Amino acid sequence: MSFLDLKNVTKIYPNGTKAVHETSLSIDEGEFMVFVGPSGCGKSTLLRMVAGLEDITEGDINLDGKLMNEVDPSERDVAMVFQNYALYPHMNVYNNLAYGLKNRGIDKETIEQKVNDAAKLLQISDYLQRKPSMLSGGQRQRVAMGRAIVRNPKIFLFDEPLSNLDAKLRIQMRLEIKKLQQKVGVTSIFVTHDQVEAMTLADRLAVINNGIIEQLGTPIEIYDNPKSLFVAGFIGSPQMNFLDGNLKNKTLSAEGFEIKDVNTEHEGEVTLGIRPEHLVQSENGLINLKVDLVEQLGSDNLVYGQLKNIKDFCYRCPGNQTIEKGSNLSLNIENKKYYIFDKSTGKRVN
Amino acid sequence: MTRFITSSFSHLILLIGILIMVVPVWMIFASSTHTSSMINMNGLQIFLGDSFYENYLRVLLYQGGFFKEITALKMFFNSFIMATGVAILSVVTSLMAAYALVYYRIKHATLLFWIIFITILVPLELRIFPTYSVMAELNLVNSYFGLIVPISASAIATLFFRQFYKTVPDELLESAKLDGANTWRFFVDFLIPLSKTMIVAMLIFMFVFGYNQYLWPLLVTTSEQYWTVVMGLKMMSGSIVHRFAFVMMSMVPPILIIIVLQKHFIKGVFQDK
Ligand SMILES: Nc1ncnc2c1ncn2[C@@H]1O[C@H](COP(=O)(O)OP(=O)(O)O)[C@@H](O)[C@H]1O
Ligand SMILES: [Mg+2]
Repeated sequence: MSFLDLKNVTKIYPNGTKAVHETSLSIDEGEFMVFVGPSGCGKSTLLRMVAGLEDITEGDINLDGKLMNEVDPSERDVAMVFQNYALYPHMNVYNNLAYGLKNRGIDKETIEQKVNDAAKLLQISDYLQRKPSMLSGGQRQRVAMGRAIVRNPKIFLFDEPLSNLDAKLRIQMRLEIKKLQQKVGVTSIFVTHDQVEAMTLADRLAVINNGIIEQLGTPIEIYDNPKSLFVAGFIGSPQMNFLDGNLKNKTLSAEGFEIKDVNTEHEGEVTLGIRPEHLVQSENGLINLKVDLVEQLGSDNLVYGQLKNIKDFCYRCPGNQTIEKGSNLSLNIENKKYYIFDKSTGKRVN
Repeated sequence: MTRFITSSFSHLILLIGILIMVVPVWMIFASSTHTSSMINMNGLQIFLGDSFYENYLRVLLYQGGFFKEITALKMFFNSFIMATGVAILSVVTSLMAAYALVYYRIKHATLLFWIIFITILVPLELRIFPTYSVMAELNLVNSYFGLIVPISASAIATLFFRQFYKTVPDELLESAKLDGANTWRFFVDFLIPLSKTMIVAMLIFMFVFGYNQYLWPLLVTTSEQYWTVVMGLKMMSGSIVHRFAFVMMSMVPPILIIIVLQKHFIKGVFQDK
């Protein structure tokens, strides 16, 4: 059995909403797991069941070899960082950090030691006497992290802790969380709807849709090898291009072009997926793109154009190429990096 | 220029308002420092006289009542006990009632709350005889307990605390739980400090409410030993200046309590910002 073990966990809210369906998942000690998915897919619910803040309707959760189903959250030895931080407004930063330790009956000197260590680690030593209302968003975030770290819990749970920060700070904190987790080495689950955040933080990633884990794997596995249309569309930025097509005799015919020798026996209506970064310009390419719009990001250009009847087909090219609006590009798919999904089930077939 | 005129005008109105409120009080105070014969001959006075100590000391120490068993000093003591008791007891019970209503999984908690709330529509005067007979059967007539307890369940305070608790974000409770706080600790370490401002406001409110009670103490006390200040206003006999002095002194405790607690009240408001 691994460190955290979820077995056929289901959550049905009292009002009948089925938020999590028979989910099974194992997380190893020290691993950084990220739950990613669109809002309302059940990420928070799953996390809150691990914390003990929601009852488990069916299934088992084991943490460190102990069945957690009936264990009170205060007894689970887990720490959680909330989206709005949930700092204690009437306590100063020191007491925010110390509160959980006091409740565990730890003596004063040890508490002071631990709080000071955590504060130093998070660079909040200068604010220990301040109330949370006198801190900036980033500082509050650090205090929330500190409150989790100081207790040295079995597992860290993060519920979209970065979404209240501005873009720049979010990237900086993302980096710090990752560094911190590697330093402290505590098993962590991080919930986010932001796929970039998910990709950069995760050791392993669970892509969740409608209460089901659609795919589980390392970020690169999932990026390279999405198992379903949903995962393919969700992971990767800009989003994968999708085209309707038809498979017959190992030949895929899409609008305006054909791909021969496809590595699948599947036949029928399919969806073809191509990532914008897997396209290259070449003479007599497969795809003819009429450029409508170029977004210059500096390092890259995002070229949007029309392909027969398909609008907003995206091609990503290095930023040093100049591409005129209205021009025609001839593109090829790099190294057969395309994905074919069954149109009705959304499952990957090649 | 027009701004000067409007601002002077509004100040003038405020000034008149203040005068309307302050002048009668001042006249009673000023009159209470004269001798009775002076007032009887010349009516109310605007300026201070020189019988202040004489009048006030006599009122404080005079043995009043039908049986001459009670002094004003004792009445102040009784009123203080009663008002403080009502304030503390009603705030404590409302805090706990609101906590249970909001945080415990009670079936029909909302219905229960509204049932508590409708008791506002049933003033003490309406239930005064049944309440009295309960107190009489429990042998609590002529006791501080009997004075305090029957008027110490406050639906209004419960309403205020309940509404406040409902605005406290759930994450705070969840966070506290994960930090190992049990039900009791969450109440003591979180809700009470967070509602400090409101607690002080309610203490002032309930103190004045308890202090101002007239009908209930009148009914539940037969011994003069338990007379309160407000009862004394009616019962105390004496000359006009002594009554004035007593009226003046009867205003002091509520004012004092507001002055003392207001500091915390304002501090609370600033800290919670
Ligand atoms: N307390 C609740 N009662 C009923 N339904 C809920 C409750 N909390 C969440 N839900 C529903 O459960 C589903 C999953 O919610 P949640 O786990 O919060 O999603 P996410 O965190 O992925 O955005 C949503 O459809 C949401 O409306
Ligand atoms: Mg959520």
